[in-house]
Amino acid sequence: MTTATDLPGFADPVLDAQAAFRAVLAALSSPGSIHTVGTGLTPPAPLATATAAVLLALVDGETSLAIATALQPATAWLAFHCGPATAPMTDAGFVLADALPDLTAVDTGSDEVPERAATVILQVATLGSGDRFTLAGPGLQHPTQFAVDGLPADFAARWAANRALYPRGIDLILCAGSRLAALPRSVTVREG
Amino acid sequence: MSTMEGYNFAYLDEQTKRMIRRALLKAVAIPGHQIPFGSREMPLPYGWGTGGIQVTAAVLGPQDVLKVIDQGADDTTNAVSIRRFFARTAGVATTTDTEAASVIQTRHRIPEKPLREDQIIVYQVPQPEPLSRLEPSRAETRRMHALAEYGLMHVKLYEDITRFGHVAISYDYPVMVNGRHLMAPSPIPAFDNPKMHHMAALQLFGAGREKRLYAIPPYTSVVSLDFDDHPFRTTRAPHACGLCGATDSYLDEVVTDDQGGRLYVCSDTDHCETRREAGHTGSESPLQEAAQ
Amino acid sequence: MAYVAVKGGERAIDNAHAWLAADRRGDPAVPDLGLAQIREQLGRAIDRVMAEGSLYDRDLAALAIKQSQGDLIEAAFLLRAYRTTLPRFAHSEPVDTAAMAVRRRVSAVFKDLPGGQVLGPTYDYTHRLLDFTLAAGTAPPAPATAPATGAPMQRVNDFLRHEGLIEPDAPADATPGDITRQPLTFPAPRDVRLQALARGDEGFLLGLGYSTQRGYGGNHPFAGEIRVGEVTVEIEPAELGFAIDIGEITLTECQMVNQFKGSKTQPPQFTRGYGLAFGHAERKTMSMALVDRAMRAEELGEDVTAPAQNVEFVLYHSDNIEGTGFVEHLKLPHYVDFQSELETIRRMRAEADAGKEAAE
Repeated sequence: MTTATDLPGFADPVLDAQAAFRAVLAALSSPGSIHTVGTGLTPPAPLATATAAVLLALVDGETSLAIATALQPATAWLAFHCGPATAPMTDAGFVLADALPDLTAVDTGSDEVPERAATVILQVATLGSGDRFTLAGPGLQHPTQFAVDGLPADFAARWAANRALYPRGIDLILCAGSRLAALPRSVTVREG
Repeated sequence: MSTMEGYNFAYLDEQTKRMIRRALLKAVAIPGHQIPFGSREMPLPYGWGTGGIQVTAAVLGPQDVLKVIDQGADDTTNAVSIRRFFARTAGVATTTDTEAASVIQTRHRIPEKPLREDQIIVYQVPQPEPLSRLEPSRAETRRMHALAEYGLMHVKLYEDITRFGHVAISYDYPVMVNGRHLMAPSPIPAFDNPKMHHMAALQLFGAGREKRLYAIPPYTSVVSLDFDDHPFRTTRAPHACGLCGATDSYLDEVVTDDQGGRLYVCSDTDHCETRREAGHTGSESPLQEAAQ
Repeated sequence: MAYVAVKGGERAIDNAHAWLAADRRGDPAVPDLGLAQIREQLGRAIDRVMAEGSLYDRDLAALAIKQSQGDLIEAAFLLRAYRTTLPRFAHSEPVDTAAMAVRRRVSAVFKDLPGGQVLGPTYDYTHRLLDFTLAAGTAPPAPATAPATGAPMQRVNDFLRHEGLIEPDAPADATPGDITRQPLTFPAPRDVRLQALARGDEGFLLGLGYSTQRGYGGNHPFAGEIRVGEVTVEIEPAELGFAIDIGEITLTECQMVNQFKGSKTQPPQFTRGYGLAFGHAERKTMSMALVDRAMRAEELGEDVTAPAQNVEFVLYHSDNIEGTGFVEHLKLPHYVDFQSELETIRRMRAEADAGKEAAE
């Protein structure tokens, strides 16, 4: 019988991790830009390849991870390849979710240690089409269009609440299939 | 790709790289905010670029082309040493051509040629805390950053103005990033500060000994502190480059004799060479001399 | 004249390294120094390099000392840089210094005590007269020996603790911090402070410890006990579930006993300063214990006024690898910054002159 832990991680743990990291770095540096990662990865359902690549690149025994119920079938695979400490969502450095968690349910850091705030890795249906938003802020020369299918209807208002916490606040990595985009806490989001 | 036997790609082990990468992502998300990180002991001394080297090692991939400059020059000994380190441990291609580089590690300068979106510049930082000369306790400066309490720095600048008529800081001139965090730009001359404002390239900063890193994403506001009635201004030696004739580049002053003789040449050696290859000449160019 | 920009940094570095290698070797007519000779005959240098390099390996320390021409800070740096690249297989169990095979043990607070005073191999009562017979390379007479008893030698603090006269040990179950993996943050707990001191520069700690004796944060120390000897190191692999020996290391431990008048929360009792280092390192561990106790001033309700009591000051400046790097980096070119200073000073002088003329 094949178990989740039999599914391999990165074919080249050094260079594939570097490539995935650079994609996330580019995504955060240019909010809303879409990057392809994890091609060739065969993670267990329901993890998307981009989600798996981000986790393999960033999460290890020195980090804490909270996994939303719907994505918990991947827990054994993640434990085997990354070995993170599991943590309740309120304390975790990384939150893996299929629906945007409430801001009050995750660590948003403190004014002295804003970097402690959670990185939320959110698996969505599609990137590049769907609900349209306009992004502005660091990383963007001009206000930029961003489309995504899989965010809640009140996303713009919830993100505004996150933005109001700055320099506290969560950072969001959106994954769909083998594509990812990111919204750092510094970005402002407007509907349309 | 040939790399040094017995060591991982780009020297650092993967767990260390992940730790630095996580810190870098947070740094990008909070422009100008210093992130403490578990800086490792590198085979080069603290103060000689260990922070920049660790950041570069965490970022670098086999497709990258690396340029390393110190004082603007590719051939200064420490730049040579660091470039060799990465050629040995990561087997990456290196260049002196600013345009050909995807990652540029620098000490004390920003290249004259504007950088692009597909480039990353990594600064070596000796002292990441812009408030360190005013408040030595890091516990206290951390609190000041949390509260955006930067009055002390404005007072210091204003004291300079009342005493000297203008701000007497000529390098490592403090900047406000994204309107929120006061940041040390590293000891670049104030001449280079305006290049940081809305730069197209991602700017990463590593301080190994002080164990801090920080970042400025592309197109981010970077404002040198000043006052309405005393706006920030830059200085450069009021000369043309003796080799390429440039009148807008930052110049090094070279002592040519013991009679007060001076020669001014571009500090950015690649910029100067590119201009000379394009036919620009200065007062000390061999052609010029031959013509005399 | 035609100016040629300085080139050839690469060749200069290669040539410098070749020259350094020849300089290190010295007169080739003199036999090359063997690592075993360094390891066996420069033991205190080995100990210092292992302590400040944070790596217990006598052979590697010998190599580092040879490679650095006996520059011990450079040697410690070599060990540190090597140590960073090593994978971590396990963490040791806490070592038990009460079970130490003691070679030397002295207490300044009791005339005699169970286990006795053991003078051991010490310079303490040597007269510092150059011994010219050493120059001739004579073999020393064999020292007197006694059979090892194998009995554990109780620590002096344990005698005081029975009477409740000394503060108890802090709880030992917490996982200690590790400044080689996580950056220092403040307030720094005592485990982290002790780690930093154990790696710290002997000279720096000596100066700071000495300053407390001269009134800069005095804490009335008594040398409760200094012991030197071998302890067993154990690890407990998760798959085994029990501890196994992986070897033996030499340690020096110093327990300072300090006067304390008591505070609102604590009765009058003796407090402690603690020092521990690899190898035979009495000066280091005694200094460390003084500074450890000084840094506890705030915790014990004492005024924090002296450098040795300022935790940030001590911890940020005790590491000689960091210190030597940053001091020596001033050798690197700074001509870009210097140029900007030159222009600023020229401008300020021109403005001052213009101001003077306008006034005249």
